[in-house]
Formats: sequence, structure tokens, C-alpha cells
Amino acid sequence: MRRLGINMIAWLCVTHICYAQQRDTTHVHVLQEVKVKASTPLTPASPVTPSQVLTGEALQRMNSLSVADAMRYFSGIQLKDYGGIGGLKTVNIRSMGTNHTGVFYDGIQLGNAQNGQVDLGKFSLDNMEQVALYNGQKSTLFQPAKGFANAGSIYMQSRKPHFTGDKQTHVRVQMKAGSFGLLDPSVLFEQKINQRISASVSTEYIYADGKYKFRYTNGVYDTIAIRHNADITALRIEAGLNGNSTSGNTEWNIKAYSYRSERGLPGAIVNNVFSHPQRQWDNNFFLQSSYRNKISRWYQLLLNAKYANDYTRYLDPDSTAMYTDNTYKQKEWYFSAANLFTITPWWQASFAADLQYNTMDADLKYFAYPSRYTTLLALATEVRLRKLTIQGNLLGTFVNEQVKMMTGAGNAQQITPTILAAFEPFDSCGLQLRAFYKRIFRMPTFNDLYYTFIGNTNLKPEYTTQYDVGVSYSKPSSTSRWQSFSIQADAYYNRVTDKIIAIPTANLFRWTMINLGRVDIKGIDVNAVSSWLLQKELGLQTRITYTYQQAQDMTYLGTQFYKDQIPYIPWHSGSAIIGLLYKKEWGLNYSFIYTGERYSQKANIPVNHLEPWYTHDLSLTWKHGIRKTVVQVSAEVNNVFNQYYDVVINYPMPGRNFRFSAAVNF
Amino acid sequence: MSSHMCRFLLFLLFTSSMVACRKDPAVSPSDEEYVDKPDTLPSSYAGFYVLNEGNMGSNKASIDFYNYNTGVYKRNIYSEANPDVVKELGDVGNDIQVYGSKAYAVINMSNKVEVFDAYTIKRIGQIEVPNCRYVTFYKGKAYVSSYAGYVGDPASPLGYVAEIDTASLKITRTATVGYQPEEMEIVKGKLYVANSGGYRYPNYDRTVSVIDLATFKETKKIDVAINLDRIKKDAYGDLYVTSRGDYFDIGSKLFIIDTKTDKVKDSLPIAASNLAIQGDSAYIYSVEWNNTAGGNTISYAIVNVKTESIVTRNFITDGTDKQIQIPYGLLINPLTHDIYIADAKDYVTPGTLYCFDKTGKLKWRVTTGDIPGHFALLRN
Repeated sequence: MRRLGINMIAWLCVTHICYAQQRDTTHVHVLQEVKVKASTPLTPASPVTPSQVLTGEALQRMNSLSVADAMRYFSGIQLKDYGGIGGLKTVNIRSMGTNHTGVFYDGIQLGNAQNGQVDLGKFSLDNMEQVALYNGQKSTLFQPAKGFANAGSIYMQSRKPHFTGDKQTHVRVQMKAGSFGLLDPSVLFEQKINQRISASVSTEYIYADGKYKFRYTNGVYDTIAIRHNADITALRIEAGLNGNSTSGNTEWNIKAYSYRSERGLPGAIVNNVFSHPQRQWDNNFFLQSSYRNKISRWYQLLLNAKYANDYTRYLDPDSTAMYTDNTYKQKEWYFSAANLFTITPWWQASFAADLQYNTMDADLKYFAYPSRYTTLLALATEVRLRKLTIQGNLLGTFVNEQVKMMTGAGNAQQITPTILAAFEPFDSCGLQLRAFYKRIFRMPTFNDLYYTFIGNTNLKPEYTTQYDVGVSYSKPSSTSRWQSFSIQADAYYNRVTDKIIAIPTANLFRWTMINLGRVDIKGIDVNAVSSWLLQKELGLQTRITYTYQQAQDMTYLGTQFYKDQIPYIPWHSGSAIIGLLYKKEWGLNYSFIYTGERYSQKANIPVNHLEPWYTHDLSLTWKHGIRKTVVQVSAEVNNVFNQYYDVVINYPMPGRNFRFSAAVNF
Repeated sequence: MSSHMCRFLLFLLFTSSMVACRKDPAVSPSDEEYVDKPDTLPSSYAGFYVLNEGNMGSNKASIDFYNYNTGVYKRNIYSEANPDVVKELGDVGNDIQVYGSKAYAVINMSNKVEVFDAYTIKRIGQIEVPNCRYVTFYKGKAYVSSYAGYVGDPASPLGYVAEIDTASLKITRTATVGYQPEEMEIVKGKLYVANSGGYRYPNYDRTVSVIDLATFKETKKIDVAINLDRIKKDAYGDLYVTSRGDYFDIGSKLFIIDTKTDKVKDSLPIAASNLAIQGDSAYIYSVEWNNTAGGNTISYAIVNVKTESIVTRNFITDGTDKQIQIPYGLLINPLTHDIYIADAKDYVTPGTLYCFDKTGKLKWRVTTGDIPGHFALLRN
């Protein structure tokens, strides 16, 4: 296998060394036919960290309802999915833990000071223009300090209005329906106000009764049941204004976002208990704005501001258990200024300062009512030589925490570095070698610090250290049958230290959080994208990913399960997408997801062993334009072979399911 | 073109060769290990069961068995003996007892008491008791405590005790007790129930309910201390009751109730998480979180129940106590006075069972299921 790998790289280089005329600066892996809208970048991209991107119509054709579904087609991530439309879905990048994943929406990070996790199942693909994954960080200098502050990041870019010709108004009305009693109508309205300003409103309502069949069997018992209390009702409304100056030197936008939902929490399926009554309500609101100005050839400014207000109510009405009705309220204020200095054509530097203020209220007994001031200062520079690009930054994090009751966690100051390098050995080959080193940490969350009984205010930050070497190759697009091809492969070693873990105290109800764990991760990510023109009017696109991860628990030296694989990280996982496109009207998409064997607990013993699971999805789309109206219809079958599996044990995933959608654009 | 396609297919093959397919579903396997030489003298005990709680939501409650006649410790025996039980034994085991030829496993989050043949492990049936905690027996009846009563504020109901006929496995009567009742003990036709009020912190319950078994009504409440948990009788008509404290300012403590007066007659300045009384000795271990030290304080004490005084504060005499992370279960062999301590470790990995001789020296240790906590001796 290794032999073949080496051969492939050699072959790639030899065959295509002289094809390229220009350096491919985008280097993103776009699932094709979609033009990568460069949207006139004010700075050239610096492709020095591993990145994966899904864009535009590719996203729409992908048998995916939420951003979480789409993330499954990236290498190097594990999606934790509690099943169903309303089930919690979080992403763990390269086994470092969900809390080290930064999620950005239109360039500004989505926060959750309470538990440090963002539920990607809440973000519909309906209004998404692009979803991207960056290991380490997005390798641009010109970003808020928060952009440097995560071990890995997901960037979601919502749709921006684009008007062609004399079109002033664009409306899209869409209806999706299918299994789980899904009804998902959405309306998008985009209006050009003048040459420089456009407005958009996007709204989506999701209802699903969430019922689906699941099956558990050990070969002797074999039971099929229906998932109960997995219903969801959600309403999303987004409104935005986008503007730019006629010169193109200034861009700005304002966005208001509201998401309100009620859902059932169907719970774990255990012996004798096949349904649970818990409910959850979420109201998320934010208002954010971004302003970018190229003030001179030498200096550019990027300002970002945000206010977010999040409300969660959790109800456990079960009178046979502990009746619980709690609300959690969080607020966040955020302001960022980033400055980019172009000192010479090959040398840039930036300075970014972010200020953030978080508060949390909860009607828990003995709650501390914490508030946290975070200041982030980032100094970064990039030197771009003919074959070599080097980027480095230092990030200073200064946290000041206060509590109204009990004792607070006090203050923390940390300075952490990142170094990225990319080397292109041959001119115009499309081959790039790259490497990065990054050390970063996450702060203990409010839950880690203050959750009644469990929290521990003595916690220190949890660190990750990443070493990555990789190679990427892009065959430039050509008009031959083999239109484009790109492949990237990375090998990495990550270490998580001072990992915040729960340890027991006097009894099962009493845990506390401490900085104890250590995880060593060795991994390989590979992904390859290509597109072909098989016949005139018949295109083929493929996308393949493969991930290998060895993530060992190094916490207790000399104990029985030292060096065992950490829970829910498969050694092997991967995905494949094959799409056929005919006459730009018909699209047939096949996707395959594979998750290999893994363990549900940190003891790698037979009773904790989980068999692999894999799903096959199919979709057929038809798109037709009549004058200015474009109609799109699609039908999907997901999990075609009706495989029953759990991502998280006792949280069953749906078997075969269907979805239909129809959209009219005018 | 064709060579490109070929290489592409090779790449597909390369990736697919890494993947393996699912195996057919299988019964959760048992495994066993030889840990000690078999008993040579005839003993009245065949062995003992260990109930492993398993983490909440994991559905990994499991039963192990140590066989005195063979010296073999066998893990996870229930699933193999009863492969047709849907979703195995259940979620969070909380108590196991043998009465007659039947064994009773109280499975808390599965809302049931599982009844199986104590010698063949074959399932006999189950009794539905929501949020059940402990079981005890008297004259052909089983008594099961439950958090899930129907009396009082629906958001904070009182607990109850269910009386079950051990022949028909049907609930015959129920009696309302205090909040979140835990362990029970029977003395002279009266059932004493330790009430915790754990769902109501900081307003814990602080009473022991007394139920007259003839009428099956709560006749009185004995005020003891907050957050009661364990209750064990000695041979002198006294009950030893543990209070868990509030985990902040009030520490854990051991109280003594005189059943002749049904009043607290004494308390001992000793933290107590669990205890087992054998003859005149009460073996007590305790785990308390110490905020200033940032760690657990663990002790293993013996109290003489005749003199009501502390005999030792560490009955493990060979230093093995330093290896035990979280003592979570305790059994004393009535004949040999061997001491068995279950270590739940970090609650997310298999635990360890330690066997000490009566002088407190380690005889052997063996790996158990997740969170071992409860024992039941089986007669030959």
C-alpha cells in the first residue's frame, strides 16, 4: 500500500509538471462545476494549512440537511451524532476534542462559554454558500485574533446576494419534506437597493415528528422499535445588509440572526426503557457586523462586532426521576480590530485585537453567575518567497473572570505560537509541501468551572500541540476529459495535555473536573477531488477522503488501559462521493460514509467494541430554467441498505429514509 | 484517459482495502480467569455475585461471579445465560441479593428488579419498580425501595417501598416513606428505611422511616442527620446509619439507632460511605472529597459494635489501600472473614476486586466490569 502511495505521488509530479501556467492560489477542494467565486480577495490566499471546502450547489446536492451532515465528507474529523433531525451533532477535529473546534459564521466565531460546543445540527445548509474546515487555523494574516485561537476551525459562509444583469430582486421558495415527518419550507428574498447595497432575508421553518424505526439485535434477540420524543420545531430568520464601495476597497455587512426551537430529547435506549420525556428549548439571537477597508496599498483594516444572546431551557418532567426545569442564559459582547500591513510585495504583517465579554445566568442552586473578560492579541507575519511561504504568529490571551457567588477562577494569561510553512519545489507544478506547528489551549468552560457540585475553579487551560506535514497537488483545470484533479495528504502528531476530565469523588452523583488527561494522536488525512467530462454534456465528479487515527489515552501510566484508543475514535474512516451531471440539468449523486471499528469506552475490551458502520446515500436532482425562473427538484434516499447503527451507543440512528425537495427561483 | 481511470480505480482500491465490514451481531461475551486456589474444606458458600453498575445511559450493568469451589472469577455472565433478553441486563445496577434459590438484581435506570435462578443464572422474570434502589427480604417477601412515589408535590414526590411476593413476583403492597429512600433493614417485624432526599439539596431529608410490616404503614420517622444512605443492623438490636453530609460544609458521619427506643443513641466521629457488619465488627470505608487538598480522603475503619468504639482506622495492613482509587463495594465472608473491596477507579473503566485475608493482607485481585459496587453471597 505504501508502495502505491509513493508511486502515485511520483506519477502525479512527472505527468503534470509542465501543464500549469499559473500558480493555483485557491487550492481549495471544491466539489465541482461550481465556480469558486474569488469575490475579489483583498489579499491573496496563503494555502499553508490543510483546508477542505464544500461550496454552492455541491452542498445542495449532497444528501445533507445540516452543516453537520456535510462535515462527514471531510477527512480528519469525527462527527458525534445523537441521531435524528433534532439530535446534538458536534465535530471533533483530529481527536483533540469538540471544545478545541472553533466554529465561525460569516467570519465571526459562534461562542458557547457554557460548554464550549456548537451544535452543527442547528445550522441548515439551506442558506449556506460555503462550509470549510481548517486544521490549525485559516492561514490568512488578515483575520480577527479569534481566528488564531483554535486548534481547528470550521467556517460557515452564508449566502451573499449576487445579482447578474439587470436583476434587482431574487426570490427562492423551497419546500423539503420526507421521512421523520419532515416539513421544511424556506424563503429567500434578496433585493438590490442600489449599486453598492443589497439586502437579504432568509427564513426557514423546520418541523419533524422525529419518529423513525430502529433495530437492536445480538443475533438472538432482534427488536425493532420506533424512536419517540425526537420531534423538533425550529424557526430561523436571518436578515442582512451587504455593501461595498464602488472602488471595491471597502466592504461591510450587518446580519441579524434568530433561531428558536423546541425539541424532544429522546434519550438512551436501554433495557426496559425505550422512551424518555425530556424537552429542550433554545432561543439563539445574534447581531453582528463586519467592515473591511483597504485604506492604502500598505494598510488595510477589518472591524468586527457582535452581540449574542442565548437561552436554553431544559425540562425533565419525569416524576419518577429528579424533576428538573432549568434555564441557562448567556450573553456575549465582542469587538475586534485587525490591521494588515503590506510592507513589501512579499512581506506582510498584521496585528489584531479582540475584546470579549461573556456572562452566564442559570437557576441552579449554588450557581456562581460568572462573567469573563477575554482579550486576545495576535501578532502575525508572512514572508512569501518564490518557492517558500512562511507564516508565523503569536497569540496572547488574557482572561479575567468574576463571579457573584462562591469563588471565581481568577485570571489567566497565555502566549501561544504558530508557525506555518509551504514550499513549492517546482514552478507551476501544483505540488506543494507544507508543515505547521501550533500550540494553543482552550479555557475551561463555565460548566467545567462552576457547574454545581461538579465544577472546579482551580482548573487550568487545556493545551493542544500540533505538528503537521503534508503534501498537496493540484492538476490545473484543463479542457481535456480529465478536467481537474487535486489531492492532499497530511500526517500529524497531536498531543492534548492538561486535558480537563471528570473524575469521581464520593459517589456516582459527585464528580469533579480536573486537569489530568493526556492524549497522543497520530493520524493521516487524505482527500482527493477530481472532475471528468465523460461525454459531451456528461460530467463526473468524485471526492474521496480517508482518515487514519491512533488516539491513545496516556493519562494513567502503568495502568491496564494505558495507551488504549480513546472512545469513539475509529482507526479508519472515510467517505466517497460520486456525482454525475448531465446537460447541467440532471444530477445523480452517490455518497458513501465509512466509520471503522472503535470502542465506546476507554478500555479497549470486547464488551466495549463497536462494529464498523457505513451508509450509502443516493440523490437525483433536476434543474430547469424557463426564462428567468429556475426550478429545481430533488429526491434522496439515505442509508439505502437500511443499516442500523449507533454513532453514540444506545442513541440509534435512522435506517433507510427519504427526502424530497422542490425549489423555485425567480 | 484509460490509464488515468485505471489509476483512479487503484486509488479506490487502496482506500477500500483499509476498510473492514461489520461482523454478524453477537451476544455480549463472558470471560473468566483463575484467581485463587479452590477451597479445600467444604464450605457453606459456593461463591458470590458482583453487580457492576455501568455508567448511566451505557446499558452496561453486568454480573460477575466468583466461584469458591474452582477459584475462577467469571465476568459478564448474565448476557450469555440469557441471550434472548432485549438490551441485556440493563442500565445502572444498584443492588443484588440472593434469597432462597433466586437472585434479585435491582437495575435502577431500567426501572426493574431482575429475578434469575441463583444457580443457573436463567432469567425467571422482572418486577417493574421505577427508580428502584435496594432490596431486602423477610418471610417470603421482598422489599424494594424506590425514589418514585406519587404522594406530595409532583415535582418532588415522596419515595416508597414495594412489597413483592417472592413466589408470584407480584407487588402486594406499597408504603410511602421519606424522600429518595435508600437502604433498608428489618428488625423485629419493623422495616427501617434510610431517606436521603438527594433530589432536594440543599433541603435533604434527615430521617429513617419505620414501617410496621403487619400493617405496612409508616408508623414513625426517626430524625438522624441529612442525606442518609446505608443502614445495617448488629446483633444487639442497634442500627448503624450513614449520613453522606452535604459535600460542602457538613461531612459524612455514622449514627447508631437503638431499635428498642427507635431513637439515635450515639454517633461516631468517623466518615462512612458504606459498611458491613460481621460479628462484633463493623467494617467501614469512606471516601470524602477534600477541597483544600484537591483529592479524595479515603479510610478503612473497624468499629466494635458491642463497645461502639473505633478499633482501627485502616484495616488494610499491607499498604494496598494506596492502590485503591475509589472503594465502592464491601463484602465480608462470614466464615473466613476475608474482606472483599470493589474499586470503581475512574468509573469509566473496568474496576478491580481486591480480596484481603482477615488480617488485612492482600490475597488476590481481579478485574471486574464497570463500577463494581454490590455483592451477594451464594450458599452451596
